[in-house]
Amino acid sequence: MAAMFSQNPLMNGPNYSFNDAPKVNAPEGARQHRFDPYTDNGGSTLAIAGADFTIMAGDTRHTSGYSINSRYYPKVFKIGGTTADQHDANLVLSVVGFAADGEALKERLDAICKMYRYRHGKPMSVKACAQRLSTILYQKRFFPYYVYAILGGLDEEGKGAVYSYDPVGSYEREQCRAGGAAASLIMPFLDNQVNFKNQYVPGSGEGHALQERERKPLSRNEVEVLVKDAFDGAVERHIEVGDGLQMMVITKDGIEEILLPLKKD
Amino acid sequence: MPGFDFSNYNRNAALHARGVPLPKATSTGTTIVGCIFDGGVVIAADTRATSGPIVADKNCEKLHYIAPQIWCAGAGTAADTEFTTALISSQLELHSLSTGRKPRVVTCMTLLKQHLFRYQGHIGAYLVVAGVDPTGTHLFTVHAHGSTDKLPYVTMGSGSLAAMSVFETQWKTHLTRDDAVKLCSEAIQAGIFNDLGSGSNVDVAVITADKTTLMRGYVKPNERSAKLKSYAFEKGTTAVLNEKIIRKQDLGNYVSVHELSTTEEGDKMEVDT
Repeated sequence: MAAMFSQNPLMNGPNYSFNDAPKVNAPEGARQHRFDPYTDNGGSTLAIAGADFTIMAGDTRHTSGYSINSRYYPKVFKIGGTTADQHDANLVLSVVGFAADGEALKERLDAICKMYRYRHGKPMSVKACAQRLSTILYQKRFFPYYVYAILGGLDEEGKGAVYSYDPVGSYEREQCRAGGAAASLIMPFLDNQVNFKNQYVPGSGEGHALQERERKPLSRNEVEVLVKDAFDGAVERHIEVGDGLQMMVITKDGIEEILLPLKKD
Repeated sequence: MPGFDFSNYNRNAALHARGVPLPKATSTGTTIVGCIFDGGVVIAADTRATSGPIVADKNCEKLHYIAPQIWCAGAGTAADTEFTTALISSQLELHSLSTGRKPRVVTCMTLLKQHLFRYQGHIGAYLVVAGVDPTGTHLFTVHAHGSTDKLPYVTMGSGSLAAMSVFETQWKTHLTRDDAVKLCSEAIQAGIFNDLGSGSNVDVAVITADKTTLMRGYVKPNERSAKLKSYAFEKGTTAVLNEKIIRKQDLGNYVSVHELSTTEEGDKMEVDT
């Protein structure tokens, strides 16, 4: 919402105006009351599932309008550990959009995972947690959590799992997903480099008969490289992305957190 | 007919009334500053141009030529700052030719404010005007609605508050040239790092009685880090549905060809390898 009402005095209102255009649906003397509970806090997230690991990443900049509120405000969280330090957590949730809603959603899902552990004596599976998250989001269908969430972990077979959501709970398991401000910049890069879209095997045929390049799971190191390059690219072209890159690598041995610097302009 | 073409005005007003959004102009959501020192004046600018939240140009020029000893830093709508400064530069050149005198900074500032006031703010040009003329060293700001200020140090654009915070803590009277350049550069960097509308490099122009020095890319604090991997595709990766080959010697049949020397000056386009 803040993006529409920039704090930049130069950009307040349209750059040139159509003041004389006839007003629609505004009878004389009518006053519209408004309630703007949402802010767009910018930033971007990214998740890629590998054969036996999942990498969740997000930048750490928190913005409103043209201002930086914080250069380290994480949007990737460990979920469902027995204690506050989440040392035995098995799930990772990333949230981007309205930071306050993201925080609230994270706290709620974490509490639910903790209750599940307490009652059943085992951690919640990604599949179960994914379905629960969808339900939580849809319960607020008419006053949504203004966030694009991604849930990551390892499935029952130990394979990497990524579930992505829209703000009202529509969800899907995917190989990879980018969310937030620079999603439209990062997602095409992922399609090409993770799922090898638009890549063909050279010399395998003519025109439409060409064979598509076969998909194979990427190694952990390859994925880390892709994530860093994707964010470096996004930082170059999106003003709301930058400062720091937070990565969580989920393997059978636990969750490893990596923090890398990004450009600060 | 001279001036602007308003022939689409009624159509666009009708379209807008039916909910068609306005086209988005490239705005140089900017930090620009200026500062007087003993013997001349410095102006500086960042080099980011944005279109909404997207960076349209990572290394654009916001310092505009008006006359040899008068330069302008521009914020606001990119097209408006470019065309307005070019127009006034032209008028000032003709004026200088007909009077046989060097152009004055007040004359430039007056032409700018009269032009901008006539258009009631619709020309979104926010300018810092600086220069040295036979009457001395001058520094002005001109707002899109036509108001002007005359001050020893000025800032404009979305990063103006960040930049002004540097001036208000560090500025003093009787600065040397080097101190003024350093102060302006630091003010721009405050904008680059704290204002999302500003970014990339610092451009500086120093104007003294005898010459103007334009320092393009005076500080480059935001060089892109190297990619961790090569993204070069093997030849034949992209599907080709049909092809037609036109040899270089036959190009003349389709277009007119002018060979250019490759040693011409100017910024090289940024190309990924």
